[in-house]
Amino acid sequence: MSVLDQKFTSDNKSGGEMIQYVTVVIGGQLFGLPISQVHDVFVPESVTRVPMSAPEVAGVLNLRGRIVTAINMRRRLHLPPLEDQQMMAVGIEYKHESYGLVIDTVGEVLNLSASSAEPNPSNLDRRWAEIAGGVHRLDGQLMVILDVDRLLGAMFTEPMAAA
Amino acid sequence: MDDLLREFITETNESLDVVDVELVKFEQEPNNATILDNIFRLVHTIKGTCGFLGLPRLEGIAHAAETLMGKFRDGAPVTQDAVSLILTSIDQIKDILGELEAAGGEEPQGDDSELIGQLEDMSAQADAAMAGGGAAAEPEAETAAEPAADDAGSDDAPDQTLERPLRPGEVSLDELERAFRETEIEVEVAEPEPDVEDEIDEPVAAAVAEPAPAAQPQAKAPAKKTEAEAGEKKASGGGVSNQSIRVAVDTLEHLMTMVSELVLTRNQLLEIVRRHEDSEFKVPLQRLSNVTAELQEGVMATRMQPIGNAWQKLPRIVRDLSQELEKPIDLEMIGADTELDRQVLEMIKDPLTHMVRNSADHGLERPEERRAAGKQEKGTITLAAYHEGGHIIIEVRDDGKGIDVDKVKEKILERGLATEAELEKMTDVQVQKFIFHAGFSTAAKVTSVSGRGVGMDVVRNNIEIIGGTVDLRSVPGKGSSFIIKIPLTLAIVSTLIVEAAGDRFAIPQLSVVELVRVQTNSEHRIERIKDTPVLRLRNKLLPLVHLSQLLGIYEGENADEAIDADNGFIVVMQVGSQTFGVVVDGVFHTEEIVVKPMSTMLRNLDMFSGNTILGDGSVIMIIDPNGIAGAMASHASSAVAEHQEEEQEDLQRKAISGHNAISLLLFRAGAPEPKAVPLSLVTRLEEFEVSKIERSNGRDLVQYRGALMPLVYLNDGESHKSEGTQPMLVFSDSGRSMGLVVDEIVDIVEDRMNIEVGSERPGILGSAIVKERATEIIDLGYYLPQAFEDWFMRKEMDIEALTKKVLFVDDSAFFRNMLTPVLKAAGYDVTTCVGPGQAFELLENGNKFHAIVSDIEMPEINGFEFCESLRRDPRFRNIPILALSSMVTPASIERGRQAGFDDYVAKFDRPGLIAALKDVFSGEMGAAA
Repeated sequence: MSVLDQKFTSDNKSGGEMIQYVTVVIGGQLFGLPISQVHDVFVPESVTRVPMSAPEVAGVLNLRGRIVTAINMRRRLHLPPLEDQQMMAVGIEYKHESYGLVIDTVGEVLNLSASSAEPNPSNLDRRWAEIAGGVHRLDGQLMVILDVDRLLGAMFTEPMAAA
Repeated sequence: MDDLLREFITETNESLDVVDVELVKFEQEPNNATILDNIFRLVHTIKGTCGFLGLPRLEGIAHAAETLMGKFRDGAPVTQDAVSLILTSIDQIKDILGELEAAGGEEPQGDDSELIGQLEDMSAQADAAMAGGGAAAEPEAETAAEPAADDAGSDDAPDQTLERPLRPGEVSLDELERAFRETEIEVEVAEPEPDVEDEIDEPVAAAVAEPAPAAQPQAKAPAKKTEAEAGEKKASGGGVSNQSIRVAVDTLEHLMTMVSELVLTRNQLLEIVRRHEDSEFKVPLQRLSNVTAELQEGVMATRMQPIGNAWQKLPRIVRDLSQELEKPIDLEMIGADTELDRQVLEMIKDPLTHMVRNSADHGLERPEERRAAGKQEKGTITLAAYHEGGHIIIEVRDDGKGIDVDKVKEKILERGLATEAELEKMTDVQVQKFIFHAGFSTAAKVTSVSGRGVGMDVVRNNIEIIGGTVDLRSVPGKGSSFIIKIPLTLAIVSTLIVEAAGDRFAIPQLSVVELVRVQTNSEHRIERIKDTPVLRLRNKLLPLVHLSQLLGIYEGENADEAIDADNGFIVVMQVGSQTFGVVVDGVFHTEEIVVKPMSTMLRNLDMFSGNTILGDGSVIMIIDPNGIAGAMASHASSAVAEHQEEEQEDLQRKAISGHNAISLLLFRAGAPEPKAVPLSLVTRLEEFEVSKIERSNGRDLVQYRGALMPLVYLNDGESHKSEGTQPMLVFSDSGRSMGLVVDEIVDIVEDRMNIEVGSERPGILGSAIVKERATEIIDLGYYLPQAFEDWFMRKEMDIEALTKKVLFVDDSAFFRNMLTPVLKAAGYDVTTCVGPGQAFELLENGNKFHAIVSDIEMPEINGFEFCESLRRDPRFRNIPILALSSMVTPASIERGRQAGFDDYVAKFDRPGLIAALKDVFSGEMGAAA
């Protein structure tokens, strides 16, 4: 809820409202997550596979006594897997459950004005567009805002009725 | 909302539930004064407290209902209508209470005058009835007396004596006091009751007449009796009041969670100490371990509740049903004090209600039918609960007509759940089990009670979610009974930790019958019937399957080799009536684990019931025996299919393989080298006089069979003929035609269409060798939209393609022929199918495909259903499936996602299709599965 509230208010105040973003890199592209949604940054270790889960689900892991569902963001964005390099993960909370977004690296925290965000370009890959909440133009590169609600919301499947 | 009000709401809700039950009993036994006393007291308490708290609406209804019940107490005959009316009032009170709670203490606006009017009318009728009866004299005196006293005393200074009657809605000091005491316990509340109770006997509408003294003696007598009763209750209840306190459920839940965490931590510590032989921690840890175990037990005990709590609402429901369906029904409840975890209790409440409804509606016959069958007119529904080895058994039984096997069969066929041949082979019991299928309902017509088709399958699902099973026994003419078996608690499970394909899994001990170690020279050997592994265990043959196969994580080349004949552990599991062996690579130990629910995202996986953190800190998935049993069943059926090789070959012939020779139409247009198009696509070859070609709206048309047919020039831009005749190829689909203008039709040849060089030029799929000449294969998909932009929008294509080996499912031959060349041009080995039915057959027969491309809109089985059923089968769970549809809306994409499609491609987006396939094969999706 708090996430939605915050988004709502930030949408309303078109003025100089500043939002802090934790930046992450996935497949060379810079993404930003509102800092209020990021609970931890950790190295995903001993991830237990979950057979038969969606391809994007990397598995489950124990993060200080909590079971976290890890989402492989490269797979989610249809990017090739990262070879021979330590991945990082960003811990977020969605609907009172813990999720970890497995990404390449974590960057700095940026303070950006909400009003400078631009909508997704219309020719953005549909699979990206559905999880991007806009774009910030930075010096020399673009930062795509990750919309956590849409990112995870789209992955929920209705439980299938038993045959 | 203040505490007083909150307390009031909680207690009133509890009281109302009791009133419901009591009223139903009362209706059956109208002469039982104790029951009436109970009801009366409860309603009265509600009324009194409402008045004190300033809730006029509630007070008004409660008062009117109370008045009516007063009449009953006074001897008025109890009618069904009257009880119904009171029940309606109780419902109204509940509604208002609900709103009151939601509104944070504001009584909702509304008008109850109609209801109150009815209640008053009923009271008047009761009066009349009493006046008519000879026994009425006494009560009449009383009723008459009260208002007299009322008149006399109401405006005077309050006189808090026993005899002082209260006006409707007026609150006595006693009540006031009680309202404050309410925060303690009910038992205490009972004490002041007698004072008030007798005073409230007065009916408002009664006439004023006789002197008060006449009433006094009668009023006293019951007062004493009630006092005595209350005294008794207090004596017995007093002890309880000192020993029990109310605790919020949240507090208990939190406590339980914390204890669960404690158990986990203890397990971790034990694990560490196990690794260090001589640890000084050993003794204190042992102590900690024991204390934890006891604590755990204690907390669990607090969560136990009698199952009667879940049954509380049933008498009322059955009563209402009995009236609605006009069937007299008796509800028997046995073992209501059987205790089980409140979490489980919550989960079975709705299924139970549903089953009782079903029994009343479908199970029991109409009274006349019962009479004809020689039974009592009154049907009986029995609820029974008892413990049986770590489980609770709940039985819902009716003495109705039993399940009509023939009717069920009819329905099965009608719904296409099984074929006639399959039904033939089934036993009656198997047929009956179909009522648990989704979308099954045997009620001939939909009633408000049941028959909406969301019945028993939901019940079964709900019960299975909590690790229970539901079984069914039915004897025609005698009745049916549903037997639910559920675990005592959900929180802590004893499991066996096993390993498969390098991962560890926890299997609940409850479903494990035994463990068998298989070795070459031991008495237990894995044998094979054809390729199906079985275990000869004592006198039975046990079907076997490797856990990694079931879970789709087997890493070897050939899944059949997963089971090593000479070495392995077999976990013999029993789920319901199904017994089977699950082969694992290793067995570790047993561990008590605290089940943690899986995240919502993973909850759709029916192979797992949850996950937990093990002693070593890693997360482990907990196997759901029900899911395994289900997968086992479908695995077994696939094994059977493998034997039917003849059928398979037959099917392969039926499947239109991309390798087969096809008829090609060769023609020339523009350039001298020949071009070709699959002949099956061409509807007709025509020649038109050039002079007949008309230009309209910037495009050329000819009149063709009474309609205008657009022409498309293959060699657009070049000069067209200005005289003579013009050959063209006519393509038709669904009543639309287009003419493709060419220079010359050359030949029709039968050849294999192996496109060897792809093309970047629009309109050309690529080049193939046809009759030893390089020939351009034209891409009709490029030209069709030039004639009708929405050509592809109108119809769905269904392609089953297997990349590398692609299976392409489409019901339309036209589109099959259209897209097969596209896929072939991209380098895939394409097999086409005319529909999911044929695709299933191919797959069942062991044809391996690397990907499936499927149309969405198809007759009989649509693409979504096709995909869903594939995803349910562990063998096909990981095959990439692409949807191909002209309907590309966010909703349909989402629907496709849910169905399990890996990607969703627009039909006219041929580059998109190729890209999607490439995506799928580049491994990023496949590797993850």
